[in-house]
Amino acid sequence: MAERVGVYICHCGSNIAGMVDVEQVAKWAGENLEGVVVSRDYKFMCSSLGQAMIEEDIKKHNLTHVVVGACSPHLHEKTFRKACQNAGLNPYLCQMTNLREHVSWVSRDREKATEKARALVAAAVERVKRQEPLQPLSVDVNPATLVIGGGIAGLQATLELADAGYPVYVVERRPSIGGHMAQFDKTFPTLDCSACILTPKMSEAGQHPNVTLYTYSEVDEVSGSVGHFRVRIRRKARMVTEDKCTGCGICVEKCPRKVVDEDFEAGFGYRKAIYTPFPQAVPRIPVIDVHSCIWFERQKCRACEKLCPTGAIDFEQKDEIIELEVGNIIVATGWNMFDCRRIPQYGYGRLANVFTALEFERMCNAAGPTNGKILLRDGKTEPQTVAIVHCVGSRDSNHNEYCSGICCMAALKFGHLVLEKTKAEVYSFYIDMRTNQKGYEEFYHRLLEEGMHFVRGKVAEVTDAARRPDEAGKLIVQVEDTLLGKQRRIPVDMVILMGALEPQTDAKELGLKLGISCSMAGWYTERHPKLDPVATMTDGIFVAGTCQGPKDIPASVAQGAAAAARVMGMITKRKVWIEPVVATIDESRCSGCRICNNICPYNAIEYDEAKGVSRVITAMCKGCGTCVAACPAGVISGAHFSNEQVFAEIEGILWDALQEEKKAEPQAVTG
Amino acid sequence: MAEETFEPKIVGFLCNWCSYRAADLAGTARIKYPPNVRIIRVMCSGRVDPAFVLKALSLGADGVMIAGCHPGECHYIEQNYKAMRRYHMLKHTLRALGLEEDRIRLVWASAAEGQQLAEHIEEFVDDVRKLGPLHWPSNFQENGERWHAVEALAQEHAESLEVL
Repeated sequence: MAERVGVYICHCGSNIAGMVDVEQVAKWAGENLEGVVVSRDYKFMCSSLGQAMIEEDIKKHNLTHVVVGACSPHLHEKTFRKACQNAGLNPYLCQMTNLREHVSWVSRDREKATEKARALVAAAVERVKRQEPLQPLSVDVNPATLVIGGGIAGLQATLELADAGYPVYVVERRPSIGGHMAQFDKTFPTLDCSACILTPKMSEAGQHPNVTLYTYSEVDEVSGSVGHFRVRIRRKARMVTEDKCTGCGICVEKCPRKVVDEDFEAGFGYRKAIYTPFPQAVPRIPVIDVHSCIWFERQKCRACEKLCPTGAIDFEQKDEIIELEVGNIIVATGWNMFDCRRIPQYGYGRLANVFTALEFERMCNAAGPTNGKILLRDGKTEPQTVAIVHCVGSRDSNHNEYCSGICCMAALKFGHLVLEKTKAEVYSFYIDMRTNQKGYEEFYHRLLEEGMHFVRGKVAEVTDAARRPDEAGKLIVQVEDTLLGKQRRIPVDMVILMGALEPQTDAKELGLKLGISCSMAGWYTERHPKLDPVATMTDGIFVAGTCQGPKDIPASVAQGAAAAARVMGMITKRKVWIEPVVATIDESRCSGCRICNNICPYNAIEYDEAKGVSRVITAMCKGCGTCVAACPAGVISGAHFSNEQVFAEIEGILWDALQEEKKAEPQAVTG
Repeated sequence: MAEETFEPKIVGFLCNWCSYRAADLAGTARIKYPPNVRIIRVMCSGRVDPAFVLKALSLGADGVMIAGCHPGECHYIEQNYKAMRRYHMLKHTLRALGLEEDRIRLVWASAAEGQQLAEHIEEFVDDVRKLGPLHWPSNFQENGERWHAVEALAQEHAESLEVL
């Protein structure tokens, strides 16, 4: 049967039609391309009317193949495949060509853009005629889920899934779950206590029969794909046997070694060499920090071992590797704070009374190093004046161009806490005040009324070099007040730097293990910035919380729940359909050279010794097509990307070059 | 055609996961680049058979661009390394054929690098423009005829050439 192709060119409102003469392209395709029986243009192909038009044409004109020239196939390929399926045409006989992202939106010249569009349509028509009907492959979904990161986003996802009755494994790098939220004192704008709303969730996760916590553990390796991932987890040696420890805390009390806690206390407080990061830690099992423990330093002490009533301390413990099988993975690895030392003019690390936002969080926290008192670095003096510097490392082309989103509100919260706990004056130095969520703007007004001073301008410098008598012994904030249009020097006692939220330093490394990519700034890339902010390009892997971009607690919780919902959808379906883009080997023509065996990264090609041929294990093939390109005999065919199809596409895409060459040398086509 | 107005025709093979999405992103961000590169989507840069590249050049393309995920970031673990090896082999082949090896280019662009991909395209189009048109089909016409002669000879002696 001769191919009967339908071509449909979308205007996309004026998105395509504004730069490409779509009517002309459709008309040209109908008149010039072989096999095209219908060629139309339409305002919005993806609308129900546009789809109905395609469906009707398939039936009326007996179309065997369909080409849609519209947006990226990553957006609407499914839509049009479904339309074809509705009309009884195999969905893999539909080909999309990208006239919007790859043509109209990137071109300046209408004529050239139209020429490019014609070439792409010709390529799609030539290709589609060689496409074959395919059936999607099904894979069973393992109901277990791995959540990487036990912060608030990960916990929310964990509890949603566990409550729905599905097993969840949580891997957390720190000794306890809880994440950054456990460090905070209050949450904006409601000012409810962070620990009070977080710790119930932590203990629920700790006690839930469906949840297995692996704290002080990291993901080593991930293999497999959607429905059946295999994960290797490294449980770092805690030096404390989890089954024996009751969490009584005697070991921590008696440990003679005190060190600065760089992690939980943000370098502002101390912990012992054996420690639980905070009293409500889940699990309440301490960890020995081998880098500060006296035993590991000079083979002395072992006080904890002697005093432990259950004999849980084990100095011989080694890292343990465990393997898990899960159907889906939720990545909720969170953020890291910008190192404020990177902006030396703000003096952090050099001027004692310059603090980071995390240090100040710990200072305000009643369980923190100062028991919630706001004091200068000497631990005694209450400040008279406090400056809060916004956008330290964010909205700054030298560091991070993005807005960290939460710092304005956190700064307002700090302002409120200072005004509540001390008699100090508070200055906020902001570029723009960004308070665009529910109840946030109201909180800003509340602070205006409470008497916090707002100075619009980016701080140039924090210095202790006094120029005037009233500046003596103070920190001076040098700033251009852009509302006054004047340079100002404001003497203060304490400076708080609102450091930017940055991706975890090893986000990229984990991304490589998982096969998900990072944006330029280092945040994990979602499948679609608007319509699919939870999924990633890799099926079965979802993102939640700040690892995808800066966000506040409500947004992290919402995304955690959304990721869980997506995973539940996968689990309840029990099967996922995956693209049938796989390789097959024509065994009758295979010479058994085994070149393909080694080239496959998934070991999906086995060698049949008896027959002396290679064979593709379909369930393991991911369809990259490298073996297809490598086979010296050309007997491996890649479904949906066969040599024939790609060659046809090349021929189509160069239709005008071919014609030009023919014109230039008319006799060249003899023979 | 005057040299200044020569607009090269370039075929681009972009992998589905990184560079095709980078091209999508360039579009979404309305980054403008020359319209000379026409994009063909493949699942992986490792799928790019050297024959695709030669086919494109032989059909009248003036240059071929291959784009994949950054080394170490391949969606299929490491297949872009295979693309890289083939690319160097291809360059060698082009030299052997007496063609400018700069008519092909391999670039890396992650899904977030729309701007970078657009810059690569701009640069490559400029470079191919400087090389001038390739005109493979007409330039190789003589060779083509020679090939036909070989074919005719082969047909004549088909029986004796039969491989069992």
